[in-house]
Amino acid sequence: MKKILSLLIFVSSLFFSGQSQADNLLMARTRLSFPEAMLKLQDSIHEQGYTVSRIQRVDIGLTKSGYRTDKYRVVFFGEAKLVKRLSNDYPQLIPYLPFKIAIFAEGEETLLIASNPHELTRNVYPELESTMQKVEKDMLAIFKSMRDDE
Amino acid sequence: MHRDFPALSHMLVFLFFISLPVFAEENGAALYEENCAVCHGNDGRGGVGVPLALPDFQYAVSDQFLERTIRKGRPGRVMPAFNNLDDAQVKAIVRHIRSWAPGKPIAHPSIKVKGDPVKGRALFAKNCAACHGSKGEGGKGTGVTFSRPRDLPIIAPALNNRGFLYAASDQMIKATLMNGREGTPMVSFLKQGLSEQDINDIVSFVRSFEKQTPVNVTHEPDRNKLASVYESPYDMKETIAALKRAIIGENFRIIRIQNLDSGLVDEAQEDTHKVIIYFCNFQLLNDALAVDPRVGLFLPCRVTVVEKDGKVLVYALNPKRLSYLFNNAELNKLCEGMSETYISIIEEATL
Repeated sequence: MKKILSLLIFVSSLFFSGQSQADNLLMARTRLSFPEAMLKLQDSIHEQGYTVSRIQRVDIGLTKSGYRTDKYRVVFFGEAKLVKRLSNDYPQLIPYLPFKIAIFAEGEETLLIASNPHELTRNVYPELESTMQKVEKDMLAIFKSMRDDE
Repeated sequence: MHRDFPALSHMLVFLFFISLPVFAEENGAALYEENCAVCHGNDGRGGVGVPLALPDFQYAVSDQFLERTIRKGRPGRVMPAFNNLDDAQVKAIVRHIRSWAPGKPIAHPSIKVKGDPVKGRALFAKNCAACHGSKGEGGKGTGVTFSRPRDLPIIAPALNNRGFLYAASDQMIKATLMNGREGTPMVSFLKQGLSEQDINDIVSFVRSFEKQTPVNVTHEPDRNKLASVYESPYDMKETIAALKRAIIGENFRIIRIQNLDSGLVDEAQEDTHKVIIYFCNFQLLNDALAVDPRVGLFLPCRVTVVEKDGKVLVYALNPKRLSYLFNNAELNKLCEGMSETYISIIEEATL
């Protein structure tokens, strides 16, 4: 029985080791053009239960100031109750709220990047572990959907 | 106890089959897409990372160079160390990269090059430093195209980088100097008139970078320092006005003032006791994008003013808290500057 259990643990570890996602800088490339990717990103954010609160058009400001750039936006999003709770109870997190994803064109493709909010609170606010794990899971789902290119 | 056996064996069989894809030959493409494509492009044409599909690159580097590069990365030069991948996964990724240029990859012999590093120093200064930097620190910026046009197809690599020196054998460096890299600014220095001994001397000098003290690039963050917080002696309205003056005084432009929950709740329900001031200096932004086009995570610059329990507090993020994620020493320097700017603005407004 012990041998079977050991083998079970070994095989499980082989499987789950391939699934680990420890990266704190979330990045994705999609073959979608920038406008298509923008639409899909907003849909993906909504699908995970968040509201897009604002879109900062970084490229517009740069262009108006005379600099050349490709399309570049920052998409802010959050969930009202969560933002209220985090900002009230954990004010050190205020500068990181609402959450955001930077999105920009690279030729015909589009790249997305975000920091993993869970990384900010891990080992600092253990009581937030389950809350931030969910946010991490949601953001990973958003990035996965963007990689799927459809 | 034996009654458990059928159930356990079924579970073992199930786990075995679901774990099969991890080891499958063709998984290199999936692993590449998940871990590498975002920087190097789906087809290896490059982006923030170097163009791996470049034929001359493919022919000039060994599998060992690629494997070691994936393993150790380039500390401070964006390419991270992929410690999460096992050996089989690394090899699968290399096989996938090799699929873009069929043919047997080169295997450089492990023989050390014998040269004179003192003579090599002078030759390096004359022939290499213009692109690779006087101390071998490499060209500035990241990758190829990214969000803006680039002048060069690649950025000159940092030859003094620990990751590079670990990955590149003497013979590989020598072969690159002898033959150059077609499609990049790296020329053949044999054709430029250097002798083989000259090239050996340069290789010895490059290898001597290993004796230098490595630059601290990790910026391991202070876990408790998520943000800087200052108490203002003024009320909410006066604090915002003072911050606006200080921001403009630091050559930034105010781009937006809004409540923290704006866009998340109805306007009438917004919490007016948490106000964000967004600001930007577009020249600084342009410079930052050239250093690392992923700096959107820091954008726009902001301070947040919070009124609570009769106190007015000003919060700014600690840029260094995020910058270590990027493995970019140049960006770390910018973030240190940005930290000082935030502090300067808030102190000007609140002291």
